Amino acid sequence: MLKILVIGATSAIAHETARLFAADGAELFIVGRNPDKLKIVQDDLKVRGAQRVETYTTDLAALDQHQALIDAALASLGSLDAVLIAHGTLGDQGQAQASVEETLQQLNTNFLSVVSLLTPLANYFEQQKRGCIAVISSVAGDRGRQSNYVYGTAKAGVTTFMQGLRNRLSKVGVTVLTVKPGFVDTPMTADAPKNPLFAKPHQVGKAIYKGMKQGQDVIYVPWFWWPIMKLIIHIPEFIFKKMGL
Amino acid sequence: MNSATITKRYQSWGRYPKPEHRAVEKLYWRGQDFDFGRLDTTILPFGYGRSYGDSCLNNDGVLLDVTELRQLIAFDAEQGILRCEAGLSFAEILDFIVPRGWFLPATPGTKFVSVGGAIANDVHGKGHHIDGTFGCHITQFELLRSSGERLICSPTENVELFRATIGGLGLTGVILWAEFKLKPVLSPLIDQERIKFRNLDEFFEIAADSKTTEYTVGWIDCLSQGDSFGRGIFTRGNHYDPPLGAEPDVEAKPMVSMPIDLPSGLINTFTVKAFNEVYYHAQLPKMVRAVVPFDPFFYPLDVINNWNRGYGKRGFFQYQCVVPYEDSIEPISEIIRRIGASGQGSPLVVIKTFGDRPSPGMLSFPRPGVTLALDFANRGQITLDLFEELDAVVRANGGAIYPAKDARMSFETFEASFPQWREFEPFIDPKFSSSFWRRIMDKC
Repeated sequence: MLKILVIGATSAIAHETARLFAADGAELFIVGRNPDKLKIVQDDLKVRGAQRVETYTTDLAALDQHQALIDAALASLGSLDAVLIAHGTLGDQGQAQASVEETLQQLNTNFLSVVSLLTPLANYFEQQKRGCIAVISSVAGDRGRQSNYVYGTAKAGVTTFMQGLRNRLSKVGVTVLTVKPGFVDTPMTADAPKNPLFAKPHQVGKAIYKGMKQGQDVIYVPWFWWPIMKLIIHIPEFIFKKMGL
Repeated sequence: MNSATITKRYQSWGRYPKPEHRAVEKLYWRGQDFDFGRLDTTILPFGYGRSYGDSCLNNDGVLLDVTELRQLIAFDAEQGILRCEAGLSFAEILDFIVPRGWFLPATPGTKFVSVGGAIANDVHGKGHHIDGTFGCHITQFELLRSSGERLICSPTENVELFRATIGGLGLTGVILWAEFKLKPVLSPLIDQERIKFRNLDEFFEIAADSKTTEYTVGWIDCLSQGDSFGRGIFTRGNHYDPPLGAEPDVEAKPMVSMPIDLPSGLINTFTVKAFNEVYYHAQLPKMVRAVVPFDPFFYPLDVINNWNRGYGKRGFFQYQCVVPYEDSIEPISEIIRRIGASGQGSPLVVIKTFGDRPSPGMLSFPRPGVTLALDFANRGQITLDLFEELDAVVRANGGAIYPAKDARMSFETFEASFPQWREFEPFIDPKFSSSFWRRIMDKC
């Protein structure tokens, strides 16, 4: 059965994805910050059929803890077939503009921590010559917008890093999946006014599960974000800069 | 959440009355510390809004949306005991338990209800004559009170609160998770028989003959008079016992939606008569037997998403009463006659005999007798007047009206239905209230 490391496992999207792997009888190593929430996710995944679920508590913003986390996962599961990286914070653009500390902190959580995890993990999978790396990026990384460009910058960094990894690892048969969700109705967006573009976490989870199983490269979820973002990317800068997005 | 979202998403199934909620809060996980103290108004847990009237609404107050509480907690595959969070829907539970050889111990006519709502309304279904209500199968649940207390309630622990919360309309606190016993089934298919009956006497004869059949329900054409008065179709079924090696073939049917509100007057005497005529005569033989998937058997209306919009913007009422049945069909005949004479009422008239299995719930609705449930387009005062007339018959015969379906009963009717409400009242959480409860008690 598949052995999967899920980082940021208490996020709604990661949990929904893990549920589907659990139903297949996967062995899961789930990582999060809050031990109480991790326990809840662990119970749910076990009941749903996971052969085994191990939990690991850490603050993912602490980059120097990452190697220990990966070592623990490998020691526990023996090997890895896939990793899903799903942690992140939406961050407040206003606060980031007012404080360089806040900006750097957002970049650390949403970008640097992903790079810090992916560097050793990529080497592991490259050596193993098989496996799947999936990371949740965002449509926000496709073009910088005034309303959330710090978050967008981090996600653009993740997307570009993943492009490079894919280019490198496809040679040895490792698949690299970049997931670009649009708006998702999760605790992360609890305060945002909802509109019809909002997707449910289980829809996104299902798309990620499928994308990982089928070895896809980049998925927009739901699919309609692909044409929307294509359009947004192609608006000339001299017009775009005057828009209030 | 902005007010447009609240107005659109947080209504009751009958879409009457139209509430204005001050805010909607969400519980994201069962360990969450929820600060009830900062609320300057009352709160009411809300699931999927499948209660018809105002028992799931809290006009001018706050709703506590529990639909994010959707984790499974434990499953005993030997005993068939499931523990899960209260916002999980019956649909999601069925997806999990049916492939494992289990079924819900009791289920209403829609699977889009939450576990918490099923307890708060002590729901019943086609199996009531044998299995009782959903509340009969609860082994324990956790209740969060506005004081911050988290109480495990079961038949042996916090017993009174356990009894008050089952059928307690969400007023005793918020249920975070529940544990209940499932029913083992040989297959998810139903071996179904549909039998035409010419009148109510025949209905009761068939019902009496079907006491050991797991599921029974009848449909009645309430508009037919004279010789065909009380005619209908009796549906009964057991879980199918498949021949050895046969793979049950249950395919989910695609769901269709009611994309718009239909004009309010579309469901009228003429269309209902036409529907009933066609529906009754569509089945030619006296009895038809078939093996069918459980979905169309239990949840025929669930294939039309938002079917409630068929009644238009004015919304609709559902009227469900129970009257004791002791060898006399007179009370129920009287009710059907009055509905027929009024020219109101829908094609969906459900009749069922309840069994005598008692529920632990203090305010549980089902009781030995016969229950009738049907929709009424909201035609204003004439519809309300008819209900008053029917209520009088129900009261005179020692019956009851179902709060989960109600948006208009009087205090007098409520008191006649649930004289035990005074025993229940002390268990209401001081921060919890609902439109239903205030409407009834204001007239007290």
